[in-house]
Amino acid sequence: MLRLIARRLAIGVLVALTVMTLAFLLTRLSGDLAISIAGPSATQADVEIVRKAYGLDRPLYVQFFAWTGRAMVGDFGQSYFFKDSVANLIQKRLPITLTLGLVGLSLALVISIPLGILAALRENTWIDRSVTLFTMVGQAVPSFWLALILMIVLGLQLGVLPISGTGTWQHFVMPGIVLAFTAIPALTRLTRSGMIEAMASDYIRTARAKGLSRARIIFKHALRNAAIPVVSIAAVQLGFMLGGSIVIETVFALHGVGYLGWESIAKNDFPVVQAVVLVLAVFYIGLTLLADILNALLDPRLRTG
Amino acid sequence: MSALLEVEELQVTFGGRTAAVRGASFRVEKGETHCLVGESGCGKSVTALAVMSLLARGGHRSAKRMSFAGTDLTSLSDREMARLRGNRMAMIFQEPMTSLNPAFTIGSQMAEVLTRHKGGSRAAALDRAAELMGRVGITAPGMRLGQFPHQLSGGLRQRVMIAMALMCDPELLIADEPTTALDVTVQAQILRLLANLKREFGLSILLITHDLGIVARVADHVSVMYAGEVVERAPTAALFRAPQHPYTRGLLSCVPVPGRVQRDKPLGSIPGVVPAIGAGFAGCAFRSRCAHADETCARAIPRREAGDAHDYLCRLEPDWAELQPA
Repeated sequence: MLRLIARRLAIGVLVALTVMTLAFLLTRLSGDLAISIAGPSATQADVEIVRKAYGLDRPLYVQFFAWTGRAMVGDFGQSYFFKDSVANLIQKRLPITLTLGLVGLSLALVISIPLGILAALRENTWIDRSVTLFTMVGQAVPSFWLALILMIVLGLQLGVLPISGTGTWQHFVMPGIVLAFTAIPALTRLTRSGMIEAMASDYIRTARAKGLSRARIIFKHALRNAAIPVVSIAAVQLGFMLGGSIVIETVFALHGVGYLGWESIAKNDFPVVQAVVLVLAVFYIGLTLLADILNALLDPRLRTG
Repeated sequence: MSALLEVEELQVTFGGRTAAVRGASFRVEKGETHCLVGESGCGKSVTALAVMSLLARGGHRSAKRMSFAGTDLTSLSDREMARLRGNRMAMIFQEPMTSLNPAFTIGSQMAEVLTRHKGGSRAAALDRAAELMGRVGITAPGMRLGQFPHQLSGGLRQRVMIAMALMCDPELLIADEPTTALDVTVQAQILRLLANLKREFGLSILLITHDLGIVARVADHVSVMYAGEVVERAPTAALFRAPQHPYTRGLLSCVPVPGRVQRDKPLGSIPGVVPAIGAGFAGCAFRSRCAHADETCARAIPRREAGDAHDYLCRLEPDWAELQPA
């Protein structure tokens, strides 16, 4: 078990380093930073001064190692536009994104797991078909569109929820629903197929031959096995959610990391962009690791691997 | 005297169309080993599953009579049936590798049978599990209780399945080809174990097999199944001495017997496969493969007596084989 964790952790560190390199290189590819900082009215001399001041005149690899070195100890430098350190900016915004992600994932799990189980137990009935239809529609609906519809119906017409901003818990309801919908179709279908497979297995026949109650057969013997792929995908989905929250935070004007990322991309605020990408990547890696550990706990066959 | 398990004219259909079992009748006496024997696809396993009320979705059973220790099984609700299963009638399967849940320890899977049916503490159930594991010849049961199925060999898993079936001290054990997936040496051990347990626990065993060697070794009575029907029923010795149904004779001719096999003479075989029987089928299902079939075989077939507790389903008179050259 410990060996498994150590190995996954090592892989995670490698992935993080790769992401850092890519984030660094891609931001450099997108244009001359010095020109955009100096502004449209700057002269060539101004641009040169800016280039020197921000250290952009140094060779690329020097800039890269200087940045990685400081990033390792949590120093992501200063934002070019916000008068604040990048670390501070992210620290302030992170709780909002995490709250949103957790609300979204909890909602997604609470809806998709019972729905998946129900569809599996009523396989090929109208219930199952309705669930499948629901997941297909859910898959097809873009989240920004769903966000707008919710805003119109719940926010404007019924007036029960605030449309945008970060003030109270009510502000997280609509974004949470929209975010949940990005994961519900996949999780529902996975739960359904996992349960169908488990219920048809030999060990469920054994459980029935043992005379166990239906509830115990479904929720203990079948769900435990069906949950294994669901956990893996749920972790990946939460990762997507944190990334996908860029769209949702922007639509709902939630000032989270995603919104920060969007603002800084628009402004070529490279230190912030790089840090946001890295933070999201680290979360993603952490979640995958967590999923691996959870799966090893669920499936004893994985513990030796 | 009433039998422990009595099945009369059991019918099983899937999706209302395919008839998997067509009026099978047999009885399992207290303390005996009764074998259901036949080729693949002749309805042996489905019969067993129907008795346990474990048919897959879409399967439907009906019977003129199906009673277990005086209880009418056809009238029981799902819940009442679940109370019998694992408790008074237990079942083990052909696939020891996949019949245990991979996510739970052996101990937990065994203990829940006892706590479900008899109540009591988990600790007491684990003690019983360890004791039974010893009885079925598993060494170091204390350690095995904490292990997972994937850590055990096929033979061990089948032993665990047997021990688990015995948790509540059942009267009937249904064993569906319990040794088919195992090595020959392990097969012999498991068969010996079943024979011993039958004696020690006063079990009745309904053993499903396609292997006539196994039948000869362990069965008291045999029912030969073909295409969802029991075509011949007999005490084991009588069946091997004087088989009556052409199908039974065909099956026996397929088995090599030391001393009787001649180098240049091929072993017997039955041409063709078990046919799928649709609705409205009448007459003998074996007639398409039978060397003795004539036009009368398409009509209703009588059940003929051939001796004590020995009957068969065929137009031919008893001991027809002696009257005509094979």
